[in-house]
Amino acid sequence: MPHDHADHDSPNGHPHTLLPSDPALRVKALETILTQKGLIEPAALDEIIETYETKIGPRNGARVVAKAWLDPAFMAALRADATAVVSELGYYGRQGEHMIAVENTDTVHNMVVCTLCSCYPWPLLGIPPTWYKSDAYRARAVREPRKVLAEFGVVLPDGMAVRVWDSTAETRYLVIPQRPVGTEGLDEAALMDLITRDSMIGTGLAVTP
Amino acid sequence: MSRVHDMGGRFGDGPIVPEAEDGAVFHEDWHGRALAVTLAAGALGKWNIDISRHGRECLPPVDYASMSYYEKWMAGLAGLLVDANVLSREELASGEAIGASDLADKRMDVAKVASVLAAGGPADRPCDVAVAFGVSDIVRTRRINGNRLVAGGHTRLPTYAVGATGRILRVHGTHVLPDSSAHHLGDGAEPLYAVAFAASELWANPEHPGDEVVLDLWQSYLERTA
Repeated sequence: MPHDHADHDSPNGHPHTLLPSDPALRVKALETILTQKGLIEPAALDEIIETYETKIGPRNGARVVAKAWLDPAFMAALRADATAVVSELGYYGRQGEHMIAVENTDTVHNMVVCTLCSCYPWPLLGIPPTWYKSDAYRARAVREPRKVLAEFGVVLPDGMAVRVWDSTAETRYLVIPQRPVGTEGLDEAALMDLITRDSMIGTGLAVTP
Repeated sequence: MSRVHDMGGRFGDGPIVPEAEDGAVFHEDWHGRALAVTLAAGALGKWNIDISRHGRECLPPVDYASMSYYEKWMAGLAGLLVDANVLSREELASGEAIGASDLADKRMDVAKVASVLAAGGPADRPCDVAVAFGVSDIVRTRRINGNRLVAGGHTRLPTYAVGATGRILRVHGTHVLPDSSAHHLGDGAEPLYAVAFAASELWANPEHPGDEVVLDLWQSYLERTA
């Protein structure tokens, strides 16, 4: 059987040790060398950053959830093929190629983690918050989700089971939080304001107005 | 045996620090830069997502444990660039390019960014492997855990779920097998399933009798129970 070649156990050490130790200088060094070699364009980096700062974020997911709350046919389509439904809204893309919507009910609360790295549905929720990528969340969410939820201020009734989704493949999960009571007359835009990023990861609930 | 990234269920990590909903996407300028450099370098086509994940997982454990998220990305990227002969160790050490690259025509220009991000990289593939399990079937994850193609190689069965019995919740279709794809051995596509495990099947002290953990697992990670 072949052995893994990705380990850098030569006496010269891992290549990262050749770079400056300060992380900002480290990034700058890689950007500089790659730019000099004609392999990256700094303006493209600006464009990527701006895209995730201003265009692709949790408002996308909130729009999907609001539509699901308002329209049973939309929710049914989302259950059948979430990727197709979000693609029609323009939310297909990198790290959201295989979407699955999971619905919170009176008896099940869903919560998403990636214990092995930090997989996250970028086209719908953007770049994950720091805590989602932390060792503490990755380690604990699967073993003690209720303690984790309590740290977010969420306490579930005893009759509600927790289902934690560990994103080990390229499937990405969007939690559809329960619609708060007293929101019957609200339109899509007003509902979107109640749908937080954390409620779509499952570490929060939708805001009750 | 597993690697440092395989931390699901581990004790001792302390509390989680929630973040404001309207907080910055990138908390430091270099975070966004690190993400963008990584995506732009990936667009050169010299590695796939499984190779890049494995690159981070192969960081020395002492480094992995001490690095923040984007520091791991940068360190992983340095390894990928050298392994793929995109950059040399001398270039990393000097901070200067030495000579031109024959990959320059692959550069992701600013005009291509939106289309590359929108195109994504779907992982479903047709394959000849027959789908062995259906919804509600009872299965067990194989033990001993580990990549069966490459010793010490990439795999996506977390240690906490090894040897556990669960039930098929969904059949996802057939997807690229990371154990193969991470090592330039081809897609090796297989059926992929969402498998639900009772918390009591995984943890000595489960919080609640009704709780479950669901993992996406490839067919070769699973065996039929007797």
